[in-house]
Amino acid sequence: MKEFHSFRVHERATGARLVIVGVFLLLVGAFFRTQVLDYDRFRLRAESNRLRPVPLQPARGTIYDRQGQIIAETVPGYSVALLASSTDSMRQVLDRFNKIVPLDTDAVETVLNRYLVARYQPALVLGNATREQVSRLEEHRASLPGLVIQSEPRRVYPSARAVSHLVGYVGEVTQADLDNSRYANARLGTVVGRSGLEQEYDDTLRGIPGVRYIEVDARGRLVREQGAAPPLPPVAGRSLRTTIDLPLQQFIDSIWPPGISGAMIAMTPDGQIRALYSTPSYDPNSFVGGISGSEWRSLNTDPTLPLLNRALQVRYPPGSPFKLATAAMALKLGLIDLHTHMPVPCRGGLQFGNRYFKCWNKNGHGSLDLVGAIAQSCDVYFYQLGLRLQLHALLEGGVRLGFRDRTGIDLVNEVSPIYPASTAYYDKTYGPRGWSNAVILNLAIGQGENTQTLINMLKFYSALAGSGKTATPYLVHPDSAATFDLGLTADQLEGLRTALIAVVERGTAARSRRADLQIAGKTGTAQNPHGKDHGWFIGFAPAEKPEIIVGAIFEFGEHGTVVAPYVVRAISRYLLGPDTTGTKPNIRIIAPEDSAPREVEVRPAPAAPTDSLLVPRVIPVPPPQ
Amino acid sequence: MRSLGPDRPLLIVIALLVLFGLLMLYSAGQTDVPVLAAEGAWKRQLIWLGAGVILAALAFRLSPRLLEWAALPLYIFSLGLLAVTLVIGRGAGTAASSKSWIFIGGHAIGQPAELAKIAVVLMLARYLSGRREAPASLRELIPPCLLAGVPALLVLKQPDLGSALVFGGILFAMLYWAGVKPSLLFMLGSPVVSLLLAFTIWTWVTWMAILLTLMMIWRPYVAEAAGVAVLNAVMGFVAIPIWRRLEPYQQNRLLTFLNPEVDPQKAGYHAIQSKVAIGSGGWFGNGFLEGPQKRLAFLPAQHTDFIFSVVGEELGFLGVFAALVLFLIFFLVLLRIARRAVDPFSSLLVFGVTGLFGTHVFENVGMTVNLMPITGIPLPFFSYGGSFLLASSISLGLVLRAAWDARLAGYVDV
Repeated sequence: MKEFHSFRVHERATGARLVIVGVFLLLVGAFFRTQVLDYDRFRLRAESNRLRPVPLQPARGTIYDRQGQIIAETVPGYSVALLASSTDSMRQVLDRFNKIVPLDTDAVETVLNRYLVARYQPALVLGNATREQVSRLEEHRASLPGLVIQSEPRRVYPSARAVSHLVGYVGEVTQADLDNSRYANARLGTVVGRSGLEQEYDDTLRGIPGVRYIEVDARGRLVREQGAAPPLPPVAGRSLRTTIDLPLQQFIDSIWPPGISGAMIAMTPDGQIRALYSTPSYDPNSFVGGISGSEWRSLNTDPTLPLLNRALQVRYPPGSPFKLATAAMALKLGLIDLHTHMPVPCRGGLQFGNRYFKCWNKNGHGSLDLVGAIAQSCDVYFYQLGLRLQLHALLEGGVRLGFRDRTGIDLVNEVSPIYPASTAYYDKTYGPRGWSNAVILNLAIGQGENTQTLINMLKFYSALAGSGKTATPYLVHPDSAATFDLGLTADQLEGLRTALIAVVERGTAARSRRADLQIAGKTGTAQNPHGKDHGWFIGFAPAEKPEIIVGAIFEFGEHGTVVAPYVVRAISRYLLGPDTTGTKPNIRIIAPEDSAPREVEVRPAPAAPTDSLLVPRVIPVPPPQ
Repeated sequence: MRSLGPDRPLLIVIALLVLFGLLMLYSAGQTDVPVLAAEGAWKRQLIWLGAGVILAALAFRLSPRLLEWAALPLYIFSLGLLAVTLVIGRGAGTAASSKSWIFIGGHAIGQPAELAKIAVVLMLARYLSGRREAPASLRELIPPCLLAGVPALLVLKQPDLGSALVFGGILFAMLYWAGVKPSLLFMLGSPVVSLLLAFTIWTWVTWMAILLTLMMIWRPYVAEAAGVAVLNAVMGFVAIPIWRRLEPYQQNRLLTFLNPEVDPQKAGYHAIQSKVAIGSGGWFGNGFLEGPQKRLAFLPAQHTDFIFSVVGEELGFLGVFAALVLFLIFFLVLLRIARRAVDPFSSLLVFGVTGLFGTHVFENVGMTVNLMPITGIPLPFFSYGGSFLLASSISLGLVLRAAWDARLAGYVDV
């Protein structure tokens, strides 16, 4: 065959060699591009193939009281999570898990949900596992592929229920939180403060989560837990020093009468909160590592609303403690002085127009000056004082004194108090001619269209106890919220304090008097149409140079005088120390006669029988947040 | 005076490739998660290697005249085997989805396609060397095309696209070596190109224009030129119906070749994971035995079809380069032997073997970096597998014999 003459073969061999070298260069080029030029991209891809990030929770900052006692701290704990390649295998592993460490059905569903949201991350099963659970799981590790156990900081609240409303609790951030970006820098799985101080100072306390990597195979099974890639250690959160006096807080919890819902706040005249207590409460420790579904449901459906912080989130008609505001407005405008008597002496009530406004004491107080009227909480005196002020001054004064504003306390979920800003409010509510000046009478004694939070009433009393200016209550940092000036002279302030001392010395709270401590304070009763009235007491001591203001509200607490002894005990515990209070209450609680008059309906009732004037009012209770 | 032993450069390069291959096969079995098929594959491969050496030695003893005579019966026998395989064949190993294996008494005996490759090489060598002139027209190309085309179609029926491609590679290599003009080969291959380019009208029209222009320049027989043009046109029209008749997995393979990310979890998985393994190797690789993609079973078929990805992942670009250089030397040595063969039959035989190995290496290595579509085709000297190793041994035995004959005839000095 002539094609195989060596010359022709040589020719073709050259061509063939060109093709071979060409293919070689093509392949070398392709590998050079993949391995050298695109190295970073593929390296990253390979890493994300095999490495699964496991978040390392930072230790949350400790919350101290003012003496350095621990309100909330972080201790070592364990969390247990599972990795799976499919929903089915997750179910199977959970089944086996259940036999080793029982889970309730809710928990199983929660784990599956977590898994579906982030398939490549270990799904948290037990956020707060005990040492015993962990060791049992370790024993059965062989039958639980994808088991990830890691030590994780655990939140502990040593005082539990006594501080729950103050400190709040922690929990994993929810999808809803992320959607409305309620927490900065939070990602799924981040543990955030969900109420109280934990939420308010979440940024400070939370710290920065770290991450470690575990190695998985192509089917998502765990291959190596340690040393697959260098971890990024978490940064612990900063601790928080609060103004709280933990012994006082615990003392309030210990003396609180069982079965009574209510709240108590202690603060210094310059706004430092020493105690903030609300009851019924919950155990914040049960939220650590995820609260169980049944527990959460029972907290939410409990008719006593244990999740509600009654110090900040509930508005009550202020009742008699508001009379000091009426008095302060009148004094500031110069309408009266401390010794002014009203024209009509108290005979148990006051006729206004076609209606009769009762005093709480149907026997009457006779003719009183301002000091006496405050001490006796005489309604008839304040009806007339209100009428002297007139509605505009009363509304304007209330607004000026902050009865429409939040206090600005550094605690989440404070609700705004309600107070009419102008007469337009009445026009809107009752129609332009649907109301009369009778509203003044209700307003003057702290009723009517006026509901206040406990914290806001304390803020007002801080002005009485201090220099005449309200202080913004705070736990860690004072907020720059507006302060309000009573606009009273030192003498006038002194006079009001004297009147408040008189309340305790010989007035409606006389039984709360302690010989060694002069306490100034004001009782009050808030109308509650659903049952017994709510009782108020706000007091401060020592009367001559107040160091502490304590206010409390007892829901269905009958009258302020029932409340007063508890406040007095809290004050003396704070000022005199634990020795003087004793374990047994040495204060007799006697139901006093100080019963606030029924609020009089201001709407002109056409030819209605007198009984119908007593229309029940509903106290607005906001839903728990 | 040199000894008249077997061709030393070829033996050395084969030994190096075999050693390299065994090391990688050993590495392929070192995983963090059990991959049963890959574990200890290197030991089994050693046994196959022993058998391969014996077969190569036997093949070395066969004289070219005997081979020339035996080519036809062997060819007919392997066609028969392929036909039988279509009926009783089953899937096995990494080729589980295609019926490419013959079982006797429940034992996997082998893949007849590998034997058929050698038979086709021999048969084409016999046919082409028996002609006075190289085929100079398309009509004269019909017999060799049928010789390669029939087994290729039978293999395609299994279905095994990779092996079918190898028959094409062998055919074109041997036709070229027999002296068929490249322009004729171009026209021969043009309908396939037309088929592939028919997916958009513009690429196809451009292709037809180029083809017609080239045919104006080359001036083949008018009838043949018309035939080529018509065939190209027909291919353009049937492309879409053929596409529709492909199995979805075949469609996916072609689609994912164009873009693996269209189906990263299924059809594109192999392509992506292989490329990730290779790309993450960088210059120096993750170290021998240390490739995470392989260790954690992300890399599929790491001991057979994708063993070259292990080279890329563990030894990096430098390791890949070394392997490719070994292959380059191997092919240049084969080419030299083909050039110096004493007779056209031996020369064509050696070049046919070159085409066989060349197609395997280019297709296998190319698919690991997504340069070629993924077909299950082994990499010579590296991939685990008995049938292919034995077939390779036999063909290399034949090549060594051709080299020895040439040296006896006076090429001793080189």
